Amino acid sequence: MILLELFIGFLKVGLFAFGGAYAAIPVIREIVLGYGWLTDEALTRMIAVSESTPGPIMVNLATYVGASRAGILGGAVATFAVVLPAFLIIVLILAVFKNLAEKPVVKALLGGLKPCVTGIILAVGIYMVLCDIFPAEGGKGFDFALPELSAILITAALGALMIGYRLIRKKRLSPILLIVIAAGLGMAVYGV
Amino acid sequence: MSKKRLILALFWTFFRIGIFTFGGGYAMIAIIENICVEKKKWITHDDMMNITVIAESTPGPIAVNCATFVGYKQAAFWGAVAATFGVVLPSFIIIFLISLFLDNLLEIRAVASAFKGIKLAVGLLIVSAAVNMMIKMKKKPLPLAILGLSFAAMLAVNIFSLNFSSISLMLIAAAVSLAVFGVTRMRGKEGRNDPS
Repeated sequence: MILLELFIGFLKVGLFAFGGAYAAIPVIREIVLGYGWLTDEALTRMIAVSESTPGPIMVNLATYVGASRAGILGGAVATFAVVLPAFLIIVLILAVFKNLAEKPVVKALLGGLKPCVTGIILAVGIYMVLCDIFPAEGGKGFDFALPELSAILITAALGALMIGYRLIRKKRLSPILLIVIAAGLGMAVYGV
Repeated sequence: MSKKRLILALFWTFFRIGIFTFGGGYAMIAIIENICVEKKKWITHDDMMNITVIAESTPGPIAVNCATFVGYKQAAFWGAVAATFGVVLPSFIIIFLISLFLDNLLEIRAVASAFKGIKLAVGLLIVSAAVNMMIKMKKKPLPLAILGLSFAAMLAVNIFSLNFSSISLMLIAAAVSLAVFGVTRMRGKEGRNDPS
């Protein structure tokens, strides 16, 4: 039953996605692709849409996936599920465990979880970039023998821009600005 | 202010925060600080610091963590419900409307090209999120080992399409760090009991 699947799938996303927007994408990707709710292409498109609309990416993705699979009810179920763990955890922390984050055992747990999550995010990000610039035939995975010149050019330009901005302005280039620039480059390179 | 009106105010304030925050959690923290600390004085600067730390170390969207926290502090459970519902509702409505006509939009060539470019940016944004987390991380042997192993494992899972989820990887990391914590604590106790 699709509603139950949506609920369980997005409950997992809400429970295991740490560290904000882009950090959550690997977990979302795994679950959404695992259930076959969206293709890789459609998911990436939706990430871009989520970034250019207000609100947390996780919530936007849950609403979109739910709505496209099972209408407004599906959207509501998926959104409720993705929000529920965060809501309950904060309420519990405030109501019951006042200094939970200070407890040594919790610190030790987070001390192990954070680097693990960081490693996962790094691996997925690098893998996605590789798949984009060395797309394998059939669209799954990557193949160093098949470099896609225009994608390499755009990626290099965007990467240089991010690093340059950070070195000169001492802060991160806003993701929205980066996405707008990427959209412009996409139209320039692939045509309108 | 009566409790009912306070709950309505929480809903309405977070509804507006939900409309005007583009670009995820950290942008939202700045806006919440401005409205809830400086204008409404619902919470203090110290509370705001606490929220940021808690939001970073708990799962879920940072905006939801913040809304739940502020709502609960102001009006307990129903305040938390109102603020959380408020912050989520705008994106729900907007994305639902988009989901109705996104496919038609993509048939326009310019839009499809734009999304091809955006796809490349998303990969880079994920890498940069990871790099930021690495910069902030404590550079000690255990975290570094966990980082390296998780990275290698996840890359292998992706490349060889292995049937192993990142959630299992996180559970293993949690178990390992708890085990190390247990062992060091036991050793510490033995050390203290030792009369010499």
